[in-house]
Order: sequence, then C-alpha cells, then structure tokens
Amino acid sequence: MNANTLSTDMAGKPLSSPTADKVHAMEVYQVREFTPLIQKIVIISKSKINQPSIKSGEYYGTPGAGDSRLISIVSTVLFIALWAFVTELGYVDPLFLPSPFDVLNRLLEVMNDGFAGATLTEHLSASLVRIFGSFLLACLIGIPLGIMIGCSYILRGIFDPLIEFYRPLPPLAYLPLIIIWLGIDEESKITLIFLAMLAPIILSARSGVTSVRIEQIQVAYSMGASRWQVITQVIARGALPDILTGMRIAIGFGWTTLVAAEMVAAERGIGFMVLNASEFLVTDVVIAGIIVIGVIAYCFDLLMRYLESKLVPWKGHN
Amino acid sequence: MNTLDIKNASVIYPAAEGGEAVTALSDINLTIEQGDLVVALGASGCGKTTLLSLIAGFIAPTKGYLTLGDSKIKGYPRVACGLDLGDEVRGPSADRGVVFQKHALLPWLDVMGNTEFGLKLQGVEKAQRRQKAADFLKLVGLEDFHHHKVYQLSGGMQQRVGIARALTNDPEMLLLDEPLGALDALTRESLQELLLDIWKKTNKMMFFITHSVDEALLLATRLIVMSPRPGRITHQFDLNFNNEFLACRDARLVKSSEAFIAMKEQVLSIIHGDEQQTQEA
Repeated sequence: MNANTLSTDMAGKPLSSPTADKVHAMEVYQVREFTPLIQKIVIISKSKINQPSIKSGEYYGTPGAGDSRLISIVSTVLFIALWAFVTELGYVDPLFLPSPFDVLNRLLEVMNDGFAGATLTEHLSASLVRIFGSFLLACLIGIPLGIMIGCSYILRGIFDPLIEFYRPLPPLAYLPLIIIWLGIDEESKITLIFLAMLAPIILSARSGVTSVRIEQIQVAYSMGASRWQVITQVIARGALPDILTGMRIAIGFGWTTLVAAEMVAAERGIGFMVLNASEFLVTDVVIAGIIVIGVIAYCFDLLMRYLESKLVPWKGHN
Repeated sequence: MNTLDIKNASVIYPAAEGGEAVTALSDINLTIEQGDLVVALGASGCGKTTLLSLIAGFIAPTKGYLTLGDSKIKGYPRVACGLDLGDEVRGPSADRGVVFQKHALLPWLDVMGNTEFGLKLQGVEKAQRRQKAADFLKLVGLEDFHHHKVYQLSGGMQQRVGIARALTNDPEMLLLDEPLGALDALTRESLQELLLDIWKKTNKMMFFITHSVDEALLLATRLIVMSPRPGRITHQFDLNFNNEFLACRDARLVKSSEAFIAMKEQVLSIIHGDEQQTQEA
C-alpha cells in the first residue's frame, strides 16, 4: 500500500483521486483499526528516510553520519548471546560449534597448560615474530622501492611486470618453490609472509607518489631543492597517507598468509595450533585460536589508525 | 642586477594519439628588468601559465631561448644525472620564486616550517633561517601564526604563507600564477596592496598572471595582453596606476579615474575581440 495515500487519509483529508479511493477503500478501512500505531510508524519511517534529522555537530546530507560505537557494542553482545543460546540449549553439536563458555575455558587451559606442545604465549610469540619480522622487512624494502618506482620510469619499467605478475598469485601456489629454495625453517616462512606483504606496500607507496601535487614539487625546485631533496622531503612525505593505508592492508595479508606459512614443518605458531587442532577435531581450540588472531589483528589496526591520526593529520583536509 | 630576456620562444606540445600538435606559445619576445612588475592578462588557454612555466624552468622552449643574466634557462634542473651543468644552464632554481594559486603548501609543516623550507634546503643554519622567515611572516601579517597548521588556515592566510615563503628565499624574480584568484574580493584587495608594498620595497622583478582586468591595471608597470591559439602576446602597455595607488592608498579612487576606465575599456575590447574571433573560428 502506498504510504502517501495512507497518510493523507489519516490526516482526515479526502484522497486525491476517487478511483484510488475505490481501490483502496477496503484496505484503508481495515488499517483504520490500527491507526495510531501505523500512523506513528509511517511518520517515523518517513522522517528517517526522507528527512534525516540533524544533530548538532553534523552536516546535513553527510552519508552515514553519526556515532556507531554503541550500536557495535550492542550488536557484538547480541551475537555472542545468540551463539551462547543455540549452543547451551543443545541445538548445535559441540563438534561443529562449541559454546562460548567452552571456548573461553579452553582458551584459559591452552594459556596455562598449552596445546600441541606449547603454551598459547609460545605459539603467539612465534607467530608475532614471523609477522612483524616480515612486516618490518617489507616496509624497509617496499616503501623506498615503491617511492623510487613512482619517481623513475626506468625502475618502473624494470619492476612493474615482476610485481604485477607475482601480486595476484596465491602464496600457497609458490610455497613449495620457496621451501625447495630456502628449506623448511624460519627463512621460508618469513619469506612467504614478506612476499605477501611486499606488493601492497610497494603499490601504495607508488600511488602515494602520484598523489603528491605537482605544485608542491615545482615550488620546492624553485626554492633550490635538488631532485634528491624533492624525493625525500616532499614526495616521500606527501606519499605517507597512502603508505600508511598500504601498511594496514599489508598486515592483513600477513595474517592471511601466516596459516599457510605454518602449514609446513612448524612446531610453534598460532596458525599451526589452529591447523593441528582441526586435524584432531578440537573445535574449541580452533575457535579460540581464530579469536586470538582476530583480536590481535584488530588491536594492531587500531594502533595503525592512531598512528595515522598522529602522522598525517592533514589527510582529508586538502 | 640581472635582466630576463625571452627571445622568439615557442612551445609546441607534441601531438597526442589521434590529435594534433598544440602550439601553446608562439614567438614570444619579452624583456623584464629589475623593478618591472609585468602582468599577463588573457582568456583561459592563451598560454599565460605556459609562459610562467617557461620562465620558472619547468618546461623548455621548443624554439628560441630564455636568458636570465648570463645564463640560459632550460627546462631541467641545474644538477642532472649527478652532473653539475654549471651556471650557464639553469632549470628551476632559487633565483626565481613561484607562488601558485593554491595547493602548493606542505601540510606536514607548520607555517614557520613552510616559510623556512627553502633556506633549510640550502643548508642555512636554524637560528638564521628562523629569523629571516619570522621577518617575512611579520611583513605579511602572520607573526602570531608561526605554529599553526597550514591546512587549517583560511585561503587568504595560506596565500600569505606562500608569498612569505617565496620572499624568504630572496629570489631575484617572483613568479605569481593567479595568486589571488581563489580569494574573496576584500582579501584580494588587501593582498594586492601587500604585494605592491613588497614590490616597491624590494624592487624585485615580478611576473604576475591574472584574468581580472582591474587587478592587472592596478598592479602592472607593464601589461601584456595575450591571445589564444596559438598563445601569443598581442599588446603591451606601460602603466602607472600602481604608483598612483601607492600614493593615495585608495583603490576605488584610482579605479574610478577617467584614465583607468578608458584603459579598462581598451583592454576589454581587445579581449572580447579575441573571444569573437575564437567563436567564429
């Protein structure tokens, strides 16, 4: 039923067209019984959809304006409650989905007594060394390389085909090759994660270079800057917002690749722990491991966002 | 002191795929001497900015040449591929400061950081460059804004920073590409006065681009009117309205004088004549 027809009728005015009156007469009559409630819903939904109200500190027309944090907390709590509800009441076999309380207990147990030959801290620290070691390496090589590729058509010519070729390859596809080359120790694991992180960092640094305004570069030259000074003091600084975004994307790729890296010949590692648990169908350890990875990755992302607000406060102002 | 000489300079952009070669500037002859405030006026696409880029050394002339003093200006930096090409050939360098319409400040530096940037590049020691930058920030009326973030300043204040930054570097010549184009009328007038004061005080060569006829007439010692397709200088006028203005400090009085109005009519008829020709073509 058309909301407009309905609301004009509610307001006590005659309907605009007599045919519409005939067609909707029956429905309108039935609806009249619930008039107060429906009238409210119509008014509220119309005001939400057609004319969003403006709170102080907001701009009219900004898509998605408003503070969503409280809603996030409520929705998360509700989700966990739903999980607890279906598992505790026995609707789901614990083999498929153990209850959140079981997972929490198992998490504490793994922290104290360990799983698959090591405690949670040991698994975690092995993985963190791999991830952040690779991350550091990828930043040290990828950021300068990306900037140089952005600044030089010769380097771009050399590296573009290589990067564009290997970037879309799934790390699992070249994992065997890396193992043949580097063996099964830490080197191959760190190399695999490093390669997964390198491409987004190089590409973001490169696109950051192109986002620097030509006016800024030309003014620097007109103040006597050498090419090297322009690259280090104007281009590299101007590319920083994009580089930070690339670093955030890269660390996400790193977590994705971690499990693949720990598939072969690992004795410690959070990814190894999850894989090992899944082989023995210890579902609560699998879920506990996933939650630990998720929480750490989220915390790191918050840290990166904080760094972004401190290092590139001008982002979005220009 | 040096003189800038442009001799028969043309800039032809090579043909893009499926297009024709574009003659952006055709046979430009222009001499700018110390104390000249040359204003370039013309419709969009007449090559004003190309001419400024040529003087700044951002592009090289296809034909003809430019000299500043004894050295040629070419479209590449003085140090290329690690080789110092010497004083004979200069690309963009600190002797020609540039002020753009906008987007040229460095947002990661504060007002002071932007203003002292050029001296820092040249390795001037900190106390000295700070002192000099502070002097010029005071000249443009920003003495209380040293540590403000540039992206939080108003458009007029950002342009003041841009001007102070160019001056701190003490160039022989100041190149201004529509520096007041994005400002409101009031701010624009006060910055016109500021620029004239600076010009009078420092006696620097200035090359100023605008498409406001009023602004051009008020500022110029020499007005060059340019015309598009191909970009060329069609008329030159020697003017003295800027000294009249500096004597009375009343822009409206100067602009309402008969001589100013007559000159404005003349310039406008030239520009409109151009537009008609373009439309017919």
